[in-house]
Amino acid sequence: MRMKLKTSHKLRSKMLPLITMVSPVTLWLTLLIVIPLLYLLVISFASTDASHNIEFSFTFKNYAKLLDPTLLTIYGNSLVVAGLTTVLCVLIGYPFAYIMARTTPFRKTLMMIFLMLPFWTNSIIRLYGWRTLLGTNGYINNILETVGIIKEPLNMLFTREAVILGMIYTLFPFMVLPLHTAIDKLDKNLLEAASDLGARAVRSFFHITLPLTASGIFAGVIMVFIPSLGYFFVSDLLGGGKSQLIGNVIERQFKEAFNWPFGAALSIVLILITLLLVKIYTKAGGNVDELGVV
Amino acid sequence: MNKRRAVKATKKISARIFSGLVFAFLYLPIAIVVLFSFNISKRNILFEGFTLDWYSVMAQNDALLQAFANTLIVASCSTLIATMIGTLTAVGMFRYKFRGKGVIDALLYIPVVIPEIVLGIALLSVFSLCSIPLGLISMIIAHVTFSIPFVVFTVRARLSGYDRSVEEAAMDLGANRKKVFFHITVPILLPGILSGAILAFTLSIDDIIISFFTTGATSTTFPLKVLELVRSGVSPDVYALSTLIILVTFTIVVVSQTFAYKRNKKES
Repeated sequence: MRMKLKTSHKLRSKMLPLITMVSPVTLWLTLLIVIPLLYLLVISFASTDASHNIEFSFTFKNYAKLLDPTLLTIYGNSLVVAGLTTVLCVLIGYPFAYIMARTTPFRKTLMMIFLMLPFWTNSIIRLYGWRTLLGTNGYINNILETVGIIKEPLNMLFTREAVILGMIYTLFPFMVLPLHTAIDKLDKNLLEAASDLGARAVRSFFHITLPLTASGIFAGVIMVFIPSLGYFFVSDLLGGGKSQLIGNVIERQFKEAFNWPFGAALSIVLILITLLLVKIYTKAGGNVDELGVV
Repeated sequence: MNKRRAVKATKKISARIFSGLVFAFLYLPIAIVVLFSFNISKRNILFEGFTLDWYSVMAQNDALLQAFANTLIVASCSTLIATMIGTLTAVGMFRYKFRGKGVIDALLYIPVVIPEIVLGIALLSVFSLCSIPLGLISMIIAHVTFSIPFVVFTVRARLSGYDRSVEEAAMDLGANRKKVFFHITVPILLPGILSGAILAFTLSIDDIIISFFTTGATSTTFPLKVLELVRSGVSPDVYALSTLIILVTFTIVVVSQTFAYKRNKKES
């Protein structure tokens, strides 16, 4: 009898703190992540009645609608924007992260602060700053005309290029942070050994540095590519409705067209793209811990 | 030898020019915002003359100030809740092995990797299913949801070098669990908890997409207000408020980082 009491007491003393610590998060994640995402899956198979209410009838029609020809061009545009944004972020972000990882601790701290600081100001207002700069009578055209490089103002605003610029601008730090982590961890002795053995800088970069920091590149790619499919406000602000993204279509289903089931089907596609990318990343030896942890 | 030094110098200079250009790219639009907050002309095209009028216009723009207040309310409440839940989670998952730990771990990554728009509409759908009214509360709930993982990850990073024997010593000396948690665990983890909280706050004040879907008619936040204004044209008083925000945050960040840097230097 006493034995039994003792074990139950022991069990309680171990279980109680565990429950108090882990149950809030379990409850929160279940109610606000698991259930909402499952519900999204459910309504992606539903339809709407005349007054836009969701009718729970099992149908594939939302998924069939995904192949609509007008949508295909939007997917194409969205992939081009996301792809170019990602590639350019890698090309600019890699040397930047490299410089940051190799400089003095003081400069590194400084670079990190100034990289993150713009985040404290509203990103819409910063994008609006770009809109001012890129406008027909804006400063960039103004300067180019004064210098004499162009005669007629360039049409820069409300183009796909402007949307890509805005995406790079918004997502750049998310590329640099994982890259910096990867380059910072790189063992410098390897590079010294390569140089001692006669390898030139270019060769040791492509044979040592690049392969060993590939996980950082891939983490950055995920952190930039996936959001850029959904950042509808960037194309709203700088694309002026001309450069539509998947995100814009989803937004419209929820705020204007009130076709939630179709919007849900579209977002299921986004989830599948995300899962696929993360799967490739982990298969290639990437660590999920390095994603998004600033 | 001389050639080597020359190569090194060129490398250094090109590195500086390159990072300088990147920072110019990052700060150019911010400079425009600050400049145009002092612009006489209402049309945000070119700078035409200096004035401070927009600052008094801004001070009387109740809708704008209300939106800014909403942003701060949502950010503070969601940071507080997310930091509490996140810290408990990180410590609990560090200390104990239990069934379902892997599942919680996997679930924590969902808000980090899925596009925000998906989480936004998923929450909107469930709020409407359960007839939860859209407003400050629904937005706070949504912000807590995407903030928790970031707090857990930052606290967890701090826990990796954590020595549990200090806790055991306190227990042996008669402290109960609650006392140990608040007097030993929390103070040791404080830097991690604080940076988690700062991260959550940062994500919350600049959040657009998730707020866009979970906000109600009267609970507009500052970013959403600006998004709404963009369609009709942003008046320079929005720039004036943004400039003040920039000024305050730059000061806070620079001062706190200088202290942190000096302290780190002393420690090492």
